[in-house]
Amino acid sequence: MSNIKQIQEEIVDEFSMFDDWMQRYEYMIELGKSLPLIEDQYKTEDKLIKGCQSKVWVNAEMEDDKVVFTADSDAIITKGIIAILIRVFSNQPPQAILDADTEFIDEIGLKEHLSPTRANGLVSMIKQLKMYALAYETKAN
Amino acid sequence: MLDIERIRTDFPILTRKVNGHPLVYFDNAATSQTPKQVIDCIVEYYQNYNANIHRGVHSLSQEATEAYEDARIALQKFFNAGKKEEIIFTAGTTHGINLVANGFASEIKEGDEVLVSALEHHSNIVPWQMLCEKTGAKLQVIPMTEEGELDMNGFQTLLSNKTKLVFVNHVSNALGTINPIKEIIEKAHKVGAAVLVDGAQAAPHIQADVQALDVDFYVVSAHKMYGPTGVGMLYGKEKWLNKLPPYQGGGEMIEEVTFEKTTYAGLPHKFEAGTPNICGGIAFGCAINYLLDLGMDKIAEYEDELLQYATKELLEIDGLKIYGTSKKKTAVISFNIKDLHPYDIGTIVDKLGIAVRTGHHCAQPIMDFYKIPGTIRASFSFYNTKKEIDTFLNAVKRAKIMLS
Repeated sequence: MSNIKQIQEEIVDEFSMFDDWMQRYEYMIELGKSLPLIEDQYKTEDKLIKGCQSKVWVNAEMEDDKVVFTADSDAIITKGIIAILIRVFSNQPPQAILDADTEFIDEIGLKEHLSPTRANGLVSMIKQLKMYALAYETKAN
Repeated sequence: MLDIERIRTDFPILTRKVNGHPLVYFDNAATSQTPKQVIDCIVEYYQNYNANIHRGVHSLSQEATEAYEDARIALQKFFNAGKKEEIIFTAGTTHGINLVANGFASEIKEGDEVLVSALEHHSNIVPWQMLCEKTGAKLQVIPMTEEGELDMNGFQTLLSNKTKLVFVNHVSNALGTINPIKEIIEKAHKVGAAVLVDGAQAAPHIQADVQALDVDFYVVSAHKMYGPTGVGMLYGKEKWLNKLPPYQGGGEMIEEVTFEKTTYAGLPHKFEAGTPNICGGIAFGCAINYLLDLGMDKIAEYEDELLQYATKELLEIDGLKIYGTSKKKTAVISFNIKDLHPYDIGTIVDKLGIAVRTGHHCAQPIMDFYKIPGTIRASFSFYNTKKEIDTFLNAVKRAKIMLS
């Protein structure tokens, strides 16, 4: 299993193949469609992050010392970005998740989606991923 | 007929590019762009006569005071208020609403009822909820219909001698519906209730005559009327403004101050504590004159032409639904495409240089009524063109292909 840094580099590599924003967005939309959906039982109020623009649901579980995230959104572009974030953060040890940053998102030209003013729930989602990681890390110690 | 190409040269921002495409600005219901006449007015103020008003004996202060008071008179004339003292400068519509809501805390009591329409912006819901919490009065909601109009029978049923206040917008920000405020005011007055009309969305399109309407309070924002942000107007009938207590204490609003007692200044200063947004007020007056020079009737006629054209063309798109289908609308179209999220469409059309609003438009109760997360809202101004609408239509179609 690759570590977070390696996965981020892979993603940056993949996105460098695209010539323009249309291709990047088409790819993201595809990713959004292929995202393993969160199971309906987890699509509950307490797993919901309310953005002003789109909703995001996140669930976390611990499997073999690694945190496994599943997530969903009602907007497909948000979902595409979630797919990228899940690929980076899921199946990683809690401490690695806590140490990771999201600067690779700037490099792949999607920075605007992680702007706090965008209000699509993604900024809160990243915080939530880290909160889960912190909770599991604390529990483990 | 308006010369649109010439008018467009008044708005420097319209020549800029966004994401590599010429800007198509269809978010006028959120804020309108500023013509160079208003920008020049702001520059002129800071370069030539920036001074505090109403107090100084020096010439600069006199000039600034005169310009500020001239702006008040421009507003008085535009809205046909009986007296200039009935025009209060505010920081915007929300400020005006809060000023009145706060003042009414001493006018209403437990058991009284306050009516608010289902079509309101959050800014015209929350202050009244706070007022009701404070006083024990009951907040009642005037229902809406599927077309996005107010249910006038429902309104009639809610009216009683317990009704003390009615709050309604002149035009719904989320849907563009023009509400029958004259009828609402007449009916409310029959049971002795006062009426506040939120004119923020209406004022750039419809010139309200506050005397003919017999409205008690009418509030607007300059930034939706081609003026700057951070300034607005509250019109209030003199008898109400005399009755309501001051909203904020400070300089400018007093007559005499001792540590034992302060007597308040007369209208309009009683409600204008502290140094106001002087430049903003003056520029607001300038924007009003700009609108009058173009002609409000001509503006309304042309914007309606844009509305009809865009409505017809949008409805050609398979699966597209327009929310708010009243025959009486300003140039606002709120819509969704089947199975697509408004945020996704908004994101893609932005990439193509088009500014529209997506989301719940600070009117969640309306979105709940239609059971949708939000809409895409395109709102037009007199500087927009049919060609821009075509660009928008193509962008929406492209987004639909990408997202389906």
